[in-house]
Amino acid sequence: MGSDGKGETSWEGRLIAVEGVDGSGKSTQLHLLDQWLRHLNVKVFKTEWNSSETVKEITSRGKKKGLLTPTTFSLLHATDFADRYERNILPLLEAGYYVLADRYIYTAFARDIVRGCHPGWVRKIYSFAMKPAITFYFRVPVEVAVNRILLGRPKLKYYESGMDLNLSNDPYESYRIFQGRIVEQYESMVDSEGLAVVDADRGIEEQQREVRERVSLLLKSKPSQKAKPAEPAKRRVAARE
Amino acid sequence: MEFYGHGIPYLKDLELKGHLIVIEGPDASGRSTHAQAIQKRLEADGHAVITTGLKRSELISYGIMQAKANLGIGRRTLGLFYAADFADQLENKIIPSLEAGYIVLADRYIYTLIARNDVRGIPRRWSRDLFGFALKPDLIFYLDVSPLELVHRVFQKFSSLDYYESGMDLGLSDDMYKSFMNYQTRIAKEFQKMKATFGLEFLDGDRPIEEVDAELQEKIDWYLSNSK
Repeated sequence: MGSDGKGETSWEGRLIAVEGVDGSGKSTQLHLLDQWLRHLNVKVFKTEWNSSETVKEITSRGKKKGLLTPTTFSLLHATDFADRYERNILPLLEAGYYVLADRYIYTAFARDIVRGCHPGWVRKIYSFAMKPAITFYFRVPVEVAVNRILLGRPKLKYYESGMDLNLSNDPYESYRIFQGRIVEQYESMVDSEGLAVVDADRGIEEQQREVRERVSLLLKSKPSQKAKPAEPAKRRVAARE
Repeated sequence: MEFYGHGIPYLKDLELKGHLIVIEGPDASGRSTHAQAIQKRLEADGHAVITTGLKRSELISYGIMQAKANLGIGRRTLGLFYAADFADQLENKIIPSLEAGYIVLADRYIYTLIARNDVRGIPRRWSRDLFGFALKPDLIFYLDVSPLELVHRVFQKFSSLDYYESGMDLGLSDDMYKSFMNYQTRIAKEFQKMKATFGLEFLDGDRPIEEVDAELQEKIDWYLSNSK
């Protein structure tokens, strides 16, 4: 892994991410965490994967036209992430916010690698991103997650179902295989990336209790680590003032 | 042909029969004029030629233009945007053309992007890793034009200095002329640093265009007659 930008911040702000396949219930859990933190008068900011206004339009245009290769798909999502990181995540952390990320760099690691990008390459691209204080990984059997999605939303999009990977001509079958591979990637990261596993095959409230317990420890702890600059100090250009 | 880093793992058994020739240099260094002249001459000699450049992908270039118009755009973001645009050109134009045996003339390549990132404080290591998916060109020319000569050419051509080509986003100076001179000097230094690493061939670009053109043609002819 690259070295620039890792490590927790010493600021009051904390970064919490949720990861998991579609239908793992992670967004619901993050929403409940958000509400709770607000209730506690913690300053909170929520950011979602693939939501930067600057990039979203291009990504969605490319998706519609089926023009994206795994490399451009990966780079556009990295651009989207960088935009949110430079514009929101980093400044808000510095200002002392709790930044809640609905999907973080691990989503890119999982998806881009399944699409055939080189694992080392993908990781290096995101080496500028700070490691969250906690990354919750909502672990759920693939069938459960897939069934939750297919129940509510019967029409699957081309890239969403991984049709670009030629796994199957049937979008539903393709989706199942694709999600299964993403789960494999997540599982392979649990130890190496230190993901906090939440058994998501349980009731919503039970999961949320566990999430809040973990976060309350964070709320009590004083940030101790020295701030690591995002890049070596000599490379910092004093500009944009 | 080889890739710089990990390449593009899902593209297997590539057979690249063509040649990739890159011309690098700042705006108004004469790059495009040279590229056009070279294309004409090579086509007259019976070669199939295609030109490419930065910010030319149908999909992404519009987004970059919009992003640049928005001054709140971050440096890493813009750098990645350019990389996505380049990747699109590489996979959809450069590689297929090389497979078909074309001579691909690239009016700028990854080196400009690395230099721009570097002067903006983004580690060179990161940029080099980022462009690990890029093909190593057969020839890379750099039109080395001194900032003073350059600024005159820019004024003759456009009558004003471009915001980003003057590095105004870096806050080097409120004076656009000073900023341009400072920025272009920094960029030129980056190319100097990349010279040996990437095997850039420097051409004295302060000379009249015909002279530079003749040297380029000669070098390309020599390369083509000695390859394969």
